[in-house]
Amino acid sequence: MTKIKYGRDTYPLGKDQSVLDCLVEHGAPVPFSCRSGVCQTCLMRALRGVPPDASQQGLKDSLKLQNYFLACVCHPMEDLEAALPHEVLSSVPATVAALDPLNGEIMHVALECHDPLEYRAGQFINLFRTPALGRSYSLASVPQQDEHLHLHVRRLPQGKVSGWIHEELRTGQTVELRGPSGDCFYVPGRPEQEIVMIGTGSGLAPLYGILRDALHRGHSGPIRLFHGSRSRAGLYLTGELRDLARKYPNFDYVPCVSGERPAPGLAGGRAHEMAFKEVTDFKDKRLFLCGHPEMVSAAKTRAFLAGAAIKDIYADPFNVNAAAAP
Amino acid sequence: MTDKKLADWWTESHASLYAKLGGEAAVNAAVDIFYRKVLADPRINRFFEGVDMEKQAAKQKAFLTMAFGGPHNYTGMDMRRGHAHLVQQGLNDTHFDAVMEHLGATMKELNVPGELIAQAAAIAESTRNDVLGR
Repeated sequence: MTKIKYGRDTYPLGKDQSVLDCLVEHGAPVPFSCRSGVCQTCLMRALRGVPPDASQQGLKDSLKLQNYFLACVCHPMEDLEAALPHEVLSSVPATVAALDPLNGEIMHVALECHDPLEYRAGQFINLFRTPALGRSYSLASVPQQDEHLHLHVRRLPQGKVSGWIHEELRTGQTVELRGPSGDCFYVPGRPEQEIVMIGTGSGLAPLYGILRDALHRGHSGPIRLFHGSRSRAGLYLTGELRDLARKYPNFDYVPCVSGERPAPGLAGGRAHEMAFKEVTDFKDKRLFLCGHPEMVSAAKTRAFLAGAAIKDIYADPFNVNAAAAP
Repeated sequence: MTDKKLADWWTESHASLYAKLGGEAAVNAAVDIFYRKVLADPRINRFFEGVDMEKQAAKQKAFLTMAFGGPHNYTGMDMRRGHAHLVQQGLNDTHFDAVMEHLGATMKELNVPGELIAQAAAIAESTRNDVLGR
């Protein structure tokens, strides 16, 4: 008999019973609505076991890869351990391996996990200053290429965690992490597809990881990265990105400044405005949007109206104070 | 018609329409086209401001599945509850008509035969009073 583990309890699945019906019958607090595999309200993730393909229909590729499934149409052939999307994994300790300023407001933080962390470039982790005080930071590193986890931490005014990272954190110190989470990452397949990346500020962190991951995996279609900041001083990794653009003919890097006259080699205007000026048709293109939540939301809608399929839009809005307490 | 009866009636009388249109594949093909039309329409797009696009697309998919007579468990009561906040913001017949227009245009774009479009429209139309809270 197939069993479903949820939280601390394990339930036997009845004949022809869906995971949702089984959990609801036992009083587990799982949200649901259409019960037909359509509305995605009952989205869950298999921590152990593989959910059947039929329970992943209509999900984004990056969610499928992480064993997300729709509980209402899930009839597993093997035992599953299931969790709700926000029920993240337990915390792991990591040692600070390096701290280097990338510009006046963004710090590069390299972390060495005490146990190897499985992640994909572009996902995020929660970093905790105290057990109750943590923040989400995107991963700029690529597991196959970088030894440590890399974060780009922008110092926020009165930032309780970012301020602490900038001022007090030292190399050799141990911190607690949770994660990884998030579905904004490169999914192998369709290597010829055109990719457009738009980021603001430290929204470059996940894009830098995703970009190198895609190039490393042999993505052959054009990849265009628009990175924006108010001023030239807010841009960073420009040398590295220009080097990549020289090395890979299919990669194009457009640094943008919106608050001052652009120096030679920089574009004048906001990153997403530049992107939509240069790319007018988003049909069949893959899109990555990271950074300011309003930019992400506006660009999402605009790209969708310009022909992008919702399944091809990957976004990571940087909401301030968004990390959940453990 | 409310509660479970509505869902039963759909399932019984329109399961074949869903199959004729191509089942889930048809819904998948239609959802982006339909939602793009809805979002681009200045008569109704204010009702979608600030909502999560992905979640809303899933809802649009649920709506199309229902309109195509596919499997769903929505009831008249769900329809009322799901749209009550929009009715408070002024949702009325003209907005409902606009959505119906986009539904028809989407199916036309996908070369669905006229009689099947009419059937799908009739199913969607039958939710009007529940959606508008009457």
